[in-house]
Amino acid sequence: MAYNCVVLVKQVPDTKRVTGKAMNDDGTVNRAALPAIFNPEDLNALEMALDIKDRFGGTVTVITMGLPAAVAILKDALYRGADEAILVTDARCAASDTLATSYILSCAVKRIKYDIVLCGRQAIDGDTAQVGPQLAEKLGIPQITYVEKPVEIEGQTITAQRNIGNGWQKVKTQLPVLLTVTGEANVPRVAAAKKMMKYKAAMTPAGVEQKIKADNSHASDDEIKEMAVQKCSEMDKKGLLIEQWNLDFLKADLTWCGRSGSPTKVHRIQSVVLASKDTKSIEPTDDGLAGMIHELLEDKIIA
Amino acid sequence: MPNFYADNDDIRFLFKHMDLGALARLCEEDFKFAPQFDSAPAGADEAIRNYEMVLDSIGQLSGDLIAPRAESVDREGSTLNADGSVSYAKGIAESLDNLAKAEVMGFTLPHRFGGLNFPNLVYSMATEIVSRADASLMNIFGLQGIAGTIEAFASEEIKQKYLHDFAAGKITGAMVLTEPDAGSDLQAVKLRAFQDNKDNWLLHGVKRFITNGCGEVLLVLSRSEPDRSGGLGLSLFVCERGPTVHIRRLEDKLGIHGSPTCEIFFDNTPCQLIGERQRGLVTYVMALMNGARIGIAGQSLGIAEAAYRIARDYASSRKQFGMAIQKLPAVRDLLIDMKIAIEAGRAMLYETSRVVDINICFERQLELNPPADKDKLKSLKEQTRRFDRLASMLTPMSKYLCSEMANRVSYDSIQVLGGSGYMRDYAVERHTRDARITTIYEGTSQLQIVAAVRGVCSGTAEKYLAELAQKEYDPELKDLLDKLAEGTKQLFSAVAFVKQQGADYMDLYGRPLVDIAMDLIVGYLFCDYASTKIEMDVAVEDSDEAKEQTMPMKKRKALVARRFITRNSPKNAALIQLICSGDKSSFTDFAALIGPVPVE
Repeated sequence: MAYNCVVLVKQVPDTKRVTGKAMNDDGTVNRAALPAIFNPEDLNALEMALDIKDRFGGTVTVITMGLPAAVAILKDALYRGADEAILVTDARCAASDTLATSYILSCAVKRIKYDIVLCGRQAIDGDTAQVGPQLAEKLGIPQITYVEKPVEIEGQTITAQRNIGNGWQKVKTQLPVLLTVTGEANVPRVAAAKKMMKYKAAMTPAGVEQKIKADNSHASDDEIKEMAVQKCSEMDKKGLLIEQWNLDFLKADLTWCGRSGSPTKVHRIQSVVLASKDTKSIEPTDDGLAGMIHELLEDKIIA
Repeated sequence: MPNFYADNDDIRFLFKHMDLGALARLCEEDFKFAPQFDSAPAGADEAIRNYEMVLDSIGQLSGDLIAPRAESVDREGSTLNADGSVSYAKGIAESLDNLAKAEVMGFTLPHRFGGLNFPNLVYSMATEIVSRADASLMNIFGLQGIAGTIEAFASEEIKQKYLHDFAAGKITGAMVLTEPDAGSDLQAVKLRAFQDNKDNWLLHGVKRFITNGCGEVLLVLSRSEPDRSGGLGLSLFVCERGPTVHIRRLEDKLGIHGSPTCEIFFDNTPCQLIGERQRGLVTYVMALMNGARIGIAGQSLGIAEAAYRIARDYASSRKQFGMAIQKLPAVRDLLIDMKIAIEAGRAMLYETSRVVDINICFERQLELNPPADKDKLKSLKEQTRRFDRLASMLTPMSKYLCSEMANRVSYDSIQVLGGSGYMRDYAVERHTRDARITTIYEGTSQLQIVAAVRGVCSGTAEKYLAELAQKEYDPELKDLLDKLAEGTKQLFSAVAFVKQQGADYMDLYGRPLVDIAMDLIVGYLFCDYASTKIEMDVAVEDSDEAKEQTMPMKKRKALVARRFITRNSPKNAALIQLICSGDKSSFTDFAALIGPVPVE
């Protein structure tokens, strides 16, 4: 029995490579200073989908909502084995909080035939872990969050082990289902040689038009449009065209999107700068270690 | 962990400096495959981009996943199960799965079998990168020559049967050559191949020391002509793992524990003939072994690189006598000599791989689509012969140079770490154990010298060195080039002397003859790098002073060339004196010098 998986992925600033310039003075993230990467746990979600495809057959479709530059992670997903990639991009998506984001994504996912929707547990920029669960609610399907192991599927029944903080829990439900996947669930595969060689040329229609514009600076807008249409149809035939959807195409209710659809209010942003005050050396003896542990317990740093 | 391609300046430099575009054009036969296959490049730039993307992906896989497993692979080894099956160490099984998913198990196989159709030069780079992460994994990743041999010599039916699965990483193979009484001397192979009354071929006998003998597809060298002794009685067969193939034991080895070394008993195993009878050893196994020798050279380089990096790191942080030990003159020299030796090995291996690629492509062109024009055909034939001779000399040189270098570098890495290096807390002891086999299997160093010295004494080296001397170099290197020219002159006067003394004398002094020839070749290659048009800055960090600096690679390579040539010229002059001494005491005084055989 084959299953169709949809994986929702996000391009995020690499918060592991934080430097002095990582924060703007107002406490927001300076995205320009950090390289943009595939959100790590989204790679685990993708790997889980690819593993399901390897074991049972079916398809893997990857969707991201973001700026046109996010096409980079869609190509990465194709390199690793995704069958199709869709970019949801629209200036009116800007400033969406998790509620608006999950609404827009639900509009996109509803257009696809799916059995399993997979998300990373959370993104390393916002760290909310809300979009997955909210999306399941909007799709009206059950959700299993914090999945920490490959899943078992039999017919329409899926069994997953989820991390519940102080242990684990096995949950069984019927498809369709939404899973959020943790970093412990698997080891994501690397990009595959032949897929890279093929999909390195993949682009969205907007990307194609931009490239034609850059290559033909003297052509008129109409000529460029015409060339772009032709090029897109050629690329589509080769499977190299990445779909691009906007809010009109999704028939999204604009009041639910972007700023107007985002009830989250930022109360205050605090820029916390941690600095060491003093140091203490501890002798590498049993007594020294016991003293340190006692002190940490006293200060309730460890329990 | 770092990316083992991206963090290696020297590989990245050579990737840019060597003319990969020209090789791509040859391998892709003027890019004619692009309309037919999604992954085939339409031009040189695209091909080079493909190569780099794949190396980067292998570098990431090696750094992130394969290297962290190497220690547990070494401890765990392979297991022979009660039912006769073999289990790889857990880390090897995981890494093979990673490599299959990365689609890199058909590196040089043609597009039509699902391969990447990459040049051997890029494969050598990949082999080095994977071996740096886990040398024992290379014994499976680096066995792609088995599929290559099927591709080159087997019938279309056999190719279709196996090559797609090889490229997809669904199956692995083994070269089943060695027997208890046929090691270096494969002409002595006894395992029988015979036909039943329906003309089906069957195999019967024992093979020993078979790397990955538990693989699914086995290439078996066997005696198909019972009345003929020697190499011409041998043919090459392909068979599958099955109930008549019994793994009798796994060897308990010094190193490369992740690679299962099997003793196999074939009990009337059904098999198919590869190519023609009687060409098994003389044509097919020779081609297979040449590919494998390049693989071992890559494995050696990877081990050396891994060991050197540990020593380099340790020497900068270990403090004795109030300073980092890398400031001590003796340690300085150890580190520099290790680093330059690795770069010398890499220069030789990559140049060899390039020559092998050109040779293979020319041979393919001659066979499949020879030029109609008579003069062009003649010239192509001449070129093919020239590259064939050159490949036959450079391949054993690379294997010999890199494997001996890996042993020296890993030995010296332990020396830099001192007592800590002798402990199993650091990986240098593993690298030293892993390196030890490289001078032995796929032909010992002594046999590589026998093969290479023929090239040195038959005019091949002379022509090649003359060609190298004709290349355009940076004017600043003139004094070094003069030294190389003088060295070349001395070498060939020694060769003339040796020839007068006869073949035995040539083998007696084979090692210094080949050593000098290799030094001269590497010297020219270093000068070529120091004349590069590639602009690339490399870090030359002195961690003692905690300041990071960069320097153009061209300038750095000029320093490397200067030290290499200046220091080796006097050594080579001394070796020439030795060769021309006429000393034959190894023959005349053997018994007296060696003493009696020890009595228990």
